[in-house]
Amino acid sequence: MGEWFSSHYQEFLSDFNQSFIEDDRWQYIVKGLGVTITVAIGALILGVIIGVMVAVIRSAHDQRRHKKSKGLGYVILGVLNVICKIYLTVIRGTPMMVQLLIMYFVIFASSTNTIMVAIIAFGINSGAYVAEIIRGGIMSIDAGQMEAGRSLGLNYIKTMRYIIVPQAIKNILPALGNEMITLLKDTSLVTVIGLKDMVKGALIIQGRTYQAFLPLVAVAIIYLIIVIILSKLLTLLERRLRESDRR
Amino acid sequence: MIDVKGLKKSFGTHEVLKGIDEHIYKGEKVVIIGPSGSGKSTFLRCLNLLEEPTKGTITFEGKDITDPKANIDAIRQKMGMVFQQFNLFPHLSVKENIKLAPVKLGIMSDSEADKKAMELLNRIGLPDKANSYPKQLSGGQQQRIAIARALAMNPDVLLFDEPTSALDPEMVGEVLQLMKKLADDGMTMVVVTHEMGFAREVATRVLFIDNGVIAEQNNPKDFFEHPQNQRLKDFLSKVL
Repeated sequence: MGEWFSSHYQEFLSDFNQSFIEDDRWQYIVKGLGVTITVAIGALILGVIIGVMVAVIRSAHDQRRHKKSKGLGYVILGVLNVICKIYLTVIRGTPMMVQLLIMYFVIFASSTNTIMVAIIAFGINSGAYVAEIIRGGIMSIDAGQMEAGRSLGLNYIKTMRYIIVPQAIKNILPALGNEMITLLKDTSLVTVIGLKDMVKGALIIQGRTYQAFLPLVAVAIIYLIIVIILSKLLTLLERRLRESDRR
Repeated sequence: MIDVKGLKKSFGTHEVLKGIDEHIYKGEKVVIIGPSGSGKSTFLRCLNLLEEPTKGTITFEGKDITDPKANIDAIRQKMGMVFQQFNLFPHLSVKENIKLAPVKLGIMSDSEADKKAMELLNRIGLPDKANSYPKQLSGGQQQRIAIARALAMNPDVLLFDEPTSALDPEMVGEVLQLMKKLADDGMTMVVVTHEMGFAREVATRVLFIDNGVIAEQNNPKDFFEHPQNQRLKDFLSKVL
């Protein structure tokens, strides 16, 4: 038993040494982690900006009062709404990897800034999901709240800002957190456009050492740790928001 | 004060209001009764354009509010509304509920609004609830605060949309009492309600809306004692 254990332990040490220590191979993973985080944060920011804009346009269009008005403002709103709907349908209806490949090989074929292309592709993709999450949160607030605000003489924007959005945020945050976690994990797809993220780092190590197990498990563990930390932070934030409900 | 001409309202192909002409004068307390689905709430909600009239005009203090160019937000500041479901803002304290509109519209400074809110809370008998949240209060208390919130804008008229229908029976009294006090203070009021006692006691005029038209109107005494319209007679025999 002891002999079996020690021989396997020796083997593990040698594999570990080969995979991470020799030639400083751990750097592939650390540098890859940098790329993963850069793409995830950049895409998150872009996604939230796009998501908020699309959600505002869609809700304003659905809640507008003068259903038959022909004013220029309403025409513009109508056109924007159609554009947003097409955007949502196309982005949510096609695979992320295909979108990424189209961005890289077709739309930005001449660009050399691959990280930027990845951020744009993931940001546009995430924006569609964020938009529907935010719109769902706004729609979940009872219509009476909007009526109460408007009946006091507050305009649409002020009612949104002081009455609807503060209440909607509590419904939006958990789903937004999930979207953030999905986005982080999905960035591993950037491998297909040649970005050296964490997964690519592991594959490079595998190519040098012919050992797949350790580098891939290491990458999985790093993703897992980040996601667990994010989940914990979200739970804390949600709990603080819920406290106001128990008053 | 409010002049309604040829008001019609359809939801899709369903015509709810079939042509209403009515004038509400300053200081009047108009109570609107009628069977459910008759259009009485829709009529009230048209008065401050929470529902968009399909046809007809509504003039408030000389301004045509159905004109697409009318500044409806400015007009609504002078028309308070009280809802069946109270619609207090659950994320704000009672005092913040009352202060929100006057402060955010720049009508009062924060300290002025604070003073006004405490004054109103004293008037409705709930000064100790200033820092409570709506969920901690009974339905009757919530509705009284909703009335205070509407009063904070110093409206010229108050619209009540079945203000006691969502309340437990023992809480109806406190809300009606407050409304009666407002009426005695000279507030112009339009009230949709099923409280016949309130109509009899407080109203200066009672309207019976049935099937999208004003089928009968009179002073409360004659309205309840000598109804003319057959539908009104049937209705009163069921509810009295």
